[in-house]
Formats: sequence, structure tokens, C-alpha cells
Amino acid sequence: MEVELAVAVGGLYAAGIYLVMRRSIIKLIIGLSLLGHAANLLIFTMGGLVRGQPPVMHPWETRLVGGFADPIPEALILTAIVIGFGVQAFAIVLIKHTYQATGTEDLKDLQSSDLTS
Amino acid sequence: MSNALPLIIVIPLLTAVIALSFRHRPGIQRAVGFAGSLVLLCASVPIFLCVLERGYLSTQIGSWPAPYGITIVADTLSALLIVATALVVLLISIASWIEIDPARESFGYTPLLHFLIMGICGSFLTGDVFNLYVWFEVMLIASFVLLGLGGEKPQLEGTIKYVALNLLSSALFLAAIGVLYGTYGTLNMADLAMQLRESRPSHLVITLATLFLLAFGIKAAVFPLFFWLPASYHTPPVPISAIFAGLLTKVGIYSLIRFFTLIFTQDAETLHRLILILAALTMIVGILGALVQKDFRRIISFNLISHIGTLLAGLGLFTPLALAGTVFYLIHDIVSKTCLFLFTSVVQRLGGSGDIRNLGGLYRSNPRISLLFAIVALSVAGIPPLSGFWGKLVLVQAGLIKREYWLVAAILFASILTLYSMCSIWSEAFWKDSSGTPVEFANPGRKASSIPLLLLAPITSLVLLILLMGIWPAPFFETAKLAAQQLSNPDHYIRTILGEKP
Repeated sequence: MEVELAVAVGGLYAAGIYLVMRRSIIKLIIGLSLLGHAANLLIFTMGGLVRGQPPVMHPWETRLVGGFADPIPEALILTAIVIGFGVQAFAIVLIKHTYQATGTEDLKDLQSSDLTS
Repeated sequence: MSNALPLIIVIPLLTAVIALSFRHRPGIQRAVGFAGSLVLLCASVPIFLCVLERGYLSTQIGSWPAPYGITIVADTLSALLIVATALVVLLISIASWIEIDPARESFGYTPLLHFLIMGICGSFLTGDVFNLYVWFEVMLIASFVLLGLGGEKPQLEGTIKYVALNLLSSALFLAAIGVLYGTYGTLNMADLAMQLRESRPSHLVITLATLFLLAFGIKAAVFPLFFWLPASYHTPPVPISAIFAGLLTKVGIYSLIRFFTLIFTQDAETLHRLILILAALTMIVGILGALVQKDFRRIISFNLISHIGTLLAGLGLFTPLALAGTVFYLIHDIVSKTCLFLFTSVVQRLGGSGDIRNLGGLYRSNPRISLLFAIVALSVAGIPPLSGFWGKLVLVQAGLIKREYWLVAAILFASILTLYSMCSIWSEAFWKDSSGTPVEFANPGRKASSIPLLLLAPITSLVLLILLMGIWPAPFFETAKLAAQQLSNPDHYIRTILGEKP
């Protein structure tokens, strides 16, 4: 299972980086959100994949032994997803306003704050 | 006293929430914002004094013991930065009374500013890597909205670039956290420091360290990753740029210092070499960028990048003396960059333009204000006896002791170019006869004859602080030395958090 997930993570990173390097703002935002998902999936995979194991101790155990599910990566991902959701919502509103103000979605035309007069 | 630490995070939160409930009453919002910043300063000073006395303060949120719960910890560096942050916010909220227009205020300028401060203070105090990520995001979201607030065209363009690169940095940071947790099974900084010390050096550690360097490097505007800064910092109203310049990039530097003194300390030769090279390139490339700019705020933005390089140099040298120099310079940089950015508003008001070619004759019309600018500019360039000089002196000394002559040369070269860049602002905007302005730059902007006290008071206080740090540097430097000692011997930090276990 790790191998499949690793391939998925790699695919998401590749797609994200490709989209970030495009000139369209919309693709830029989609690319950034893909990079966020890639990072989440990476945390999930790195946290160790176990099947059918409880994340808690049995009453008769004093410490966790053997294969147990670690709930922390899930908690981290949950937090990251919520944050990512908020940031993406903001980014979408931002590109809408920028499109309305400038009339373009090509990053190459958005250089007025960069150029030296 | 340890239990008072979360107050530093709670005070800005409460201020923001109270200000938010008076959304349509700008007068009350401003008063709440000012009162909140004052309370924050009053809370941070006793904490700082207590840290000076005891060395460390730490508390576990929800009383969960260390590696499991979230730790909040203040050492001398954090406490010093908290005080500096509170001071800057107080002065900025005074300047905001006249600098921020009613439209921006009714869209929530004051609450956003205090959410931003909450994120900054949280980043300085947390002892947990994932918690640091969360504070970064709090800070980033507030800064995105602050930057775009008002919706002017250049502002929106600047915000897109800022948002894109900072989201990229967050994604890298998150990925690095995932790999870190997967490898070491903990995210508590003290616990990580211990685990990494016991494990054998491997390629994974270097990869992780580089990922963190990349993520924090984007936030701190380090050499190949700084392009978002000059594209965005000159677009929002002046108090917003001033607080971004004074504090936001410094959070990136703080995180780099924390990670590379506490966690990634083994096999450090390669990493330190890398940091030194980045530092030298940031210094030189940043200041070269400043030389070709003609807009006041953009010149200062590039100067800001160059001095990020100076700060990194101390981290790369990694001796207690160099770290002390970095800490001293960090405080100087927070004060002087905030002051310089506030000055851009003064110049805009007096000269009616932000382009230095349009300006002129400010010295003749306003000699006292010009003198204030001269003090800040010379301090930034590192002329004795002003605050910038002592920081650079210590860094140069540390570089000479470590025999990194090329780095010393880079610091000195960047200093000379900084002096040149400051002199060009001085000669164009202040000294040049205003009648000599070429016709094509004749500006239609409105000129004011005097500067409101609410803007002048924060600037004067910052200039006085610069003079104080320059003429009487001993107490500041003693504090910086203490902070550097703690940074270079993290054992005590680890023991404070994890208890007396080995």
C-alpha cells in the first residue's frame, strides 16, 4: 500500500508543480491546492499505515505494543485540511477580485507592481 | 509567572475579538486597538524581566506532560522579540489613527492587525513544530487580508504574488513536518532535539534540514526566494508595510535560528556552509536591487532583503559571539526598518510623491524631520555610534575569528552599498534643490506643509530607541549575549521542557 500512496504523492507533487509554473492564475491556485493535498497525503503515508489496529491500549496493557494505529497524523492532516480550505477560499476570492480589477488572468500581465519605473 | 505566558497570545486575540464587535464604530475600534497593544506591552515586559532572571519560562497547555502536549516556552530570544513586537505594534497603532482610511477600518483593519500579532507572538513562543505551522498560518491569513485590504489594483497584484509564494512555503513546511514526524515520532522541539542528537547523521536529516531552510527561507526572503517581497511590500498603506517589514520576515529568521540551533545541530558543517553562502548572496543581491530602484518604499524593501542576509550570516557562523551579533542586529533591524517605512509616509506627505526623482528640497523646508531621517539612514548603513554599527561590528569580529574572510568582505561590501543607497535617497529627496526636478517628473501630488503629531511621535520614539541602542549598547548587548548563550547550549532548554529526565 505504501508504494501506491508514494506514487500518488509523487503524482500530486508533479501535477502541482506543473500547474504552479503555468501563467494562468486559476491554474496557479489549483496547483497550490494540489501541493497542499500532496503534503497531507505525505503525512498520512509517513505516519505509518496499519490495518485494523486500535489507536488505544487494552485495559490490561501498560504500554502500546505491536502494530497500533497512530492517531496523530490524522489529527495533523485534519488541521491542515481545515487551514488549507480557508486559505483556498480566500485565494479564490482574491483571484476573482484581481480579474475584475485588471481584466486579465495571465500572470505575465500582472507586472505593474514589479516593474521599475 | 509561567502561567502568564499564554496571556501574550490571548491579549491580541481578545483585542481582535472586541474590535471586531465594534465593526461600524471606527473610533472605538482604534481605541480598543491602542489599549490592546498597550496591555500587550505591559504584559510582555514583566515576562521578559522574569525570563532574564530565571533563564526560561515554560508551560504545558492543558497540563499534558511535555512530548505529548503543546509546549509554550520563552527563552531570552523569544521574550526579547515579544517585547519588540509589542512596542512596534503600539507605535504602529498610533500611526494607524491617521494613516488608515475609514473604508479599510470598517473592513476590519484593527482586528486583522491583532490577529496578525497573535500569529507572530504564537510563533515566537511555541515549542512544538506543528503548532508553529498553525501560528504561521494564522499570521499568513491575517497578512493576506491586510495586504489586499482596500482592493487597489497594484495591491491585488502584489497580494497574488505574496499569497502564491507563501502558500508554496506552507506546503513545503507541512511536507517537512510529515517526514519529521514519520521519522522521529514526535513534534516537540525539545524532544526532537534529543532524538536527533542520539540518532546517527543521515541523508534524511540533511534533506529535512534543507526542506525547513527552504520553507523558512521563503518567509524570511532569503536569496533565491525573495521575489515576493519587493513585489508586494510597497503596495499597501504605510503602517501595514511597516509592520510587515518590521516583524513578518523576522519570524522567518527566528524560526531558522530556533531550528538550526536546537534541532539540526549534528553534521552542521555542510548546513552552515550553505547558510553562509545564502547569507552572502542575499546581502549582495538585495542591496544591488536597491541601487536600481527609484521608489522610496521599493529601495527600502530591497534594503530589508539585504539585511536579512546580514542576520543569516550570524547564524551561519554559529559561534556564541556571532549569534549575539545576530540577536542584537535583529532588534536593531525591527526598530530601524519599521521607522524607515513610516518615514516613507512622511516623505509622501511632504513631497507629494514616493518617487525620489520627484522629490527635493525636503531638508530646506523641514530640517528637523530630515535630521531624524539621517539618523535612521546612517544607523541602517552601520555608521558609528548608531545601533546598526554595533551589530555589524560584532558579526565582522565573529567572522574574523572564524577566518571566514570572504563573508566579512561581503558584509562590509554590502554595508558600503547600503550607505550609498541611503545617501542616494538623502541627496535626491532631501538635499537636491526642488527647482531642479526635471519637467517630466513634475508631480501633481498634493504636498502638506507639516506632519501630524500622531505620525511624528512613533517615528521620534523609534529614532530615540536607535540612538539609545547606539550610544548605550551595553545592556542590549548583554541581553543578546545571554540569548546567544542559551541558543548555543540547548541542554537547559531541553531539560526545562522535558523535565529532569536524562
